[in-house]
Amino acid sequence: MQRPVANGGGRRRSLTRTLAVVPGALLLAACSSTLPQSSLNPKSAEARQIDDLWILVLVIATIVFVIVEAALVFAIFRFRKRKDDDREPKQIHGNTALEIVWSIIPAVILAAVAVPTLQTLFDLRSPAEGDVVNVNVTGHQWWWEFEYPDILDDQGRPLTTANELHLPVGKTAELKMTSADVIHSFWVPPLGGKRDLVPGRETFIKITPDADRAGEQIPGQCAEFCWLSHADMRMLVFLQTESDFAAWAASQTQPADIPTDGLAASGYETFTAVCAACHQAVVAGPGGTVSVVGEALAPDLTHFGSRSTLGARVASNTAEHLAQWIDNPSDFKAMAPDLNDFGTGRILGMPDYGLGDDEIAGLVALLEGWK
Amino acid sequence: MAVTTRTEDLGYTPNTDGVWSWITTVDHKRIGIMYAVSALVFSLVGGLEALLIRTQLAGPNGTVLSADAYNQLFTMHGITMVFAVIMPIAAAFQNYMIPLQIGARDVAFPRLNAFAYWLFLFSVLMLTSSFFLGGSPDGAWTGYANLSTQVTEYVRMDYYAIGVQLLGIASIASSANFIATIFTMRAPGMTMMRMPVFTWMSLVTSFLLILSLPVIGVGLWQMFFDRNFGTLFYAAQASGDPLLWQHLFWVFGHPEVYVLVLPSMGIVSEILPTFSRKPLFGYSFVVFSGIAIGFLGFGVWAHHMFTAGLGPVAEAGFGITTMLIAVPTGVKIFNWIATLWGGKLTLNTPMLFSIGFIAMFVIGGLSGVTHAIVPADTQQHDTYYVVAHFHYVLVGGAAFGFIAGVYYWLPKWTGKMLNEKLGKWHFWLMFLGFNLTFGPMHILGLNGMPRRTYRYPEGLGFEFWNGMATIGSFIIALSMLVFIWNVIRTPRKGLPAGDDPWDARTIEWMTASPPAVHNFDRVPVVRHLDELWHRKYGVDEEGRAVPLPDGYVEEPAFIEEPGGIHMPSPSFYPMIAAFGLVTLGAGLVFWSSGILGVGMMVIGAGILMWGVFGWAGEPITREAH
Amino acid sequence: MAVATDDVFEEYEESTEDRLDRTRKTAMWIWLGSEVFFFGAMISTFLLYRNSTNGGPGAEIFNIPFTSASSFILLMSSLTMVLADSAFSRRDQRQGRIWLIGTAGLGLTFLAGQIFEFTEFVDQGLTLSTSPFGSAFYLLTGFHGAHVAIGVLMLAMLIAFSLQGRLSPDHGMNVELVALYWHFVDIVWIVIFTVVYLIQI
Repeated sequence: MQRPVANGGGRRRSLTRTLAVVPGALLLAACSSTLPQSSLNPKSAEARQIDDLWILVLVIATIVFVIVEAALVFAIFRFRKRKDDDREPKQIHGNTALEIVWSIIPAVILAAVAVPTLQTLFDLRSPAEGDVVNVNVTGHQWWWEFEYPDILDDQGRPLTTANELHLPVGKTAELKMTSADVIHSFWVPPLGGKRDLVPGRETFIKITPDADRAGEQIPGQCAEFCWLSHADMRMLVFLQTESDFAAWAASQTQPADIPTDGLAASGYETFTAVCAACHQAVVAGPGGTVSVVGEALAPDLTHFGSRSTLGARVASNTAEHLAQWIDNPSDFKAMAPDLNDFGTGRILGMPDYGLGDDEIAGLVALLEGWK
Repeated sequence: MAVTTRTEDLGYTPNTDGVWSWITTVDHKRIGIMYAVSALVFSLVGGLEALLIRTQLAGPNGTVLSADAYNQLFTMHGITMVFAVIMPIAAAFQNYMIPLQIGARDVAFPRLNAFAYWLFLFSVLMLTSSFFLGGSPDGAWTGYANLSTQVTEYVRMDYYAIGVQLLGIASIASSANFIATIFTMRAPGMTMMRMPVFTWMSLVTSFLLILSLPVIGVGLWQMFFDRNFGTLFYAAQASGDPLLWQHLFWVFGHPEVYVLVLPSMGIVSEILPTFSRKPLFGYSFVVFSGIAIGFLGFGVWAHHMFTAGLGPVAEAGFGITTMLIAVPTGVKIFNWIATLWGGKLTLNTPMLFSIGFIAMFVIGGLSGVTHAIVPADTQQHDTYYVVAHFHYVLVGGAAFGFIAGVYYWLPKWTGKMLNEKLGKWHFWLMFLGFNLTFGPMHILGLNGMPRRTYRYPEGLGFEFWNGMATIGSFIIALSMLVFIWNVIRTPRKGLPAGDDPWDARTIEWMTASPPAVHNFDRVPVVRHLDELWHRKYGVDEEGRAVPLPDGYVEEPAFIEEPGGIHMPSPSFYPMIAAFGLVTLGAGLVFWSSGILGVGMMVIGAGILMWGVFGWAGEPITREAH
Repeated sequence: MAVATDDVFEEYEESTEDRLDRTRKTAMWIWLGSEVFFFGAMISTFLLYRNSTNGGPGAEIFNIPFTSASSFILLMSSLTMVLADSAFSRRDQRQGRIWLIGTAGLGLTFLAGQIFEFTEFVDQGLTLSTSPFGSAFYLLTGFHGAHVAIGVLMLAMLIAFSLQGRLSPDHGMNVELVALYWHFVDIVWIVIFTVVYLIQI
């Protein structure tokens, strides 16, 4: 089922879709939505396939619901005890023919639903073909790591970013996913169903964003309970035209400059002394020598200033928020840094290092400058 | 029907006074009452947890609870409601009603029955005490590995691993007991196909528990050993597989859903015919569809794992078995409606709750079918849509059925009628509150709200329906207060019920209300399904029921037992053994704290041995004094 | 729907003892059914992890001749259990006791063999926390060993009751039930021995 899509706010619906929403207002609410994180607001080919199937099942379920509940309500009113009737009811024990009928009808309906279900299922689970954007996704408590294995910088390192996924529209992206710690689940409802990230396993999901959705930012979040900050393990997907995506990728594969003077320079000292224990950045020195500083246990900060949110979408990325975050990370988001164990690589949050105001100001200047 | 007291034939005078008589009781009816009271008390705990959760979620970025507190509360809400409310309320009815429904004097193993109760009670108390002792389990009631084995510095999931293990042992003990009771202790003539549907569904439930609990038992041991003894069952870095837990959990967890709802279906299948004044439509189909649900229930577990990456073939298979299970479920619903059809309905409180059960269960069933649509399920899975679905099944379904059972059978238990006016208030408040709470959650889930999140940001459109759900949850709480008030006032203020207040159909209504210790003075000989009805009514040429002439009975109507009535003697060893076992378990929970844990284990083992040896060495029936 | 009254009463008129006996056996069978699923899940876990050796030792460290011998000992204990059961049903308490002691002795020998085997494996580097293979192996065989130990405990109780002359059908514990349990534990071992030790894929 292909649905014509128009630009802007209002979307035209095909006749089948119009018929589908007839049964009632409730159905309407369960049928379509303009909310940003709604599964009823599909913006990719895969999400639309699922949505079409959902609408079909919803319509059938609603019809069954109406018939069964109507029979129930009718029986209650029609057969309730009346004052003027003192006769006892007929003692009917059953009817085998009826039993067979009402066993077969549901079975037939279900068989009919099973056909498109299986078609869609195998379609969605088939590997992506053609010109595919590959992304490796790693779930961490409580942030997302995105790596583009085919987009390399000059030293051959793949583009790595956190919590904000950029995808070109009209092309299929294939996400290869795993987890660094516990099970997470990747879920951006307008772009498709969710898929778990299981440690020790690889799972895949395909996303083909609609061509007319360039410029949209689509929220998503972790859907498998992963302890303390599960609620705040969010992300944002940026849909871009192919040229915008290429420009973004080109800028993201540049190293960040090591500042030589001012606040940012002192911030860099703090960064290497404190932050680099967990965070990584690809930096270029004054002579143009590129190196990697820090450990990759927490989000890569090379282009932190270019992101629009921080802390896995718990706040917008402003200097003020960043200063507050560094000052006391657990104010923004529940974490358990006292349980961090570098020996086993178990990182459960960013500690409060008790940095002074000057140090924080330096770090803010540094990181917000790393566009 | 006159009831003659035959306690003089009992050979002993049952001691029915004081706390001691309750502690040592092996009477299935008293154990049933204890289960019911416990379930009611724990429903207040679970309900309070739910209200805190709903208060936190009433608006965006809630600050009532911390993430940590919220995680403990929603985990304990699930564990409490499943293991400490719905399962024990089912056990309450099964304990009290099965022997009465099949014409037995007690369950097969009265002391094992008492042991199961005390084990259940102490285990739940241990689990609940975790709030005050180191923090409660906070890894969700599903306890998914490897999260549950990740942070072992906390004792929290040890409470879960041991607590659920012990509750499982209690359930296995009582299930084996019920099966043996139903298989070997039926009244003369009570063939399997003359058993009341509630007893039938309880039998199916017992089999499900017997076969599914050991599977999660294995998983719980693996979790416990991973946490405490360095095993690597779920350690991904050492090629262990966290998905193994999900398989073991759901091989138990899905049949468990039917464990929670089948007894309720049985209750509804008793109430609808009684108040329609017609036999249950298609009795054998209702029974066999229950058995079919039980069988199929073991073949659908992986539909809880459609997002885990099992591969499309497995997903397709489990999707289809999940669709299949809708067929016997549908058969049940159609038969219930057909039972109402052409009847003469009395719409009193038990009937309202039964009809409410059907209406709500249809919604829960249909949303369940949408989970079988695998691609659609990948959007619904782990969202509020699923939360809505299983509350429609477990509250709108199971809980409504059990409440119907309370209104229906409490007159038998107490000899007093519940207040109808309060009952109707309870029903309508609960019906309204329930739909207001859980109806909107369908929409929340579809609109992208994941479950188990302690807060949600502004701007995603979750505010309105969450607010409605919170209002609804307080209406449910209000309705439960009405209910509890109604139950509490009944023994003092209720109108006398008599033996058979509903003009009912099954033989539990042939004995006194409340029944004597030995249940029946004379055990009835059973010639029909709905034996009592057939002792009261025949049919005319049109097939309508007509009262039989007074004093008409098919002889022999009752059986005289040759050896007189033997009732088991009270014993306190079952409680001792249960206490020892839970102490031993608590020692395991505190294993990592060294001497405290080991000490508790040693003491617990000692008490357990005392209980077991005392129990084994004690004759079932003491000599008459 | 008239019922032939003979049918109705046949079951009901059996003696209280017979009925209790039937009830107990039913419950024991149900319990064993539950145990089948317990060991089924344990064995499934082992099969899942049989090759997950995580760089540690795998199935090659099994000493098949040794374990065959201890399996044979456990099998023989089923034989002595049958003899004990038949002695008690002949009301020959003295001989029954001897066979019970023999059964318990064989059970203890099996357990000693298991402990020896475990220490050998630990020496060769296979512990609970070496690999999922090790975890699954020790948990499966360990839980089976615990079942044997509980069986020995029950045998000891039977022997004690018999010495006190309290071993009558009115007791919850009786020889037939323990025998049922004991045979079951033996059969489970045969399955474990075959699946874990003998079949090596």
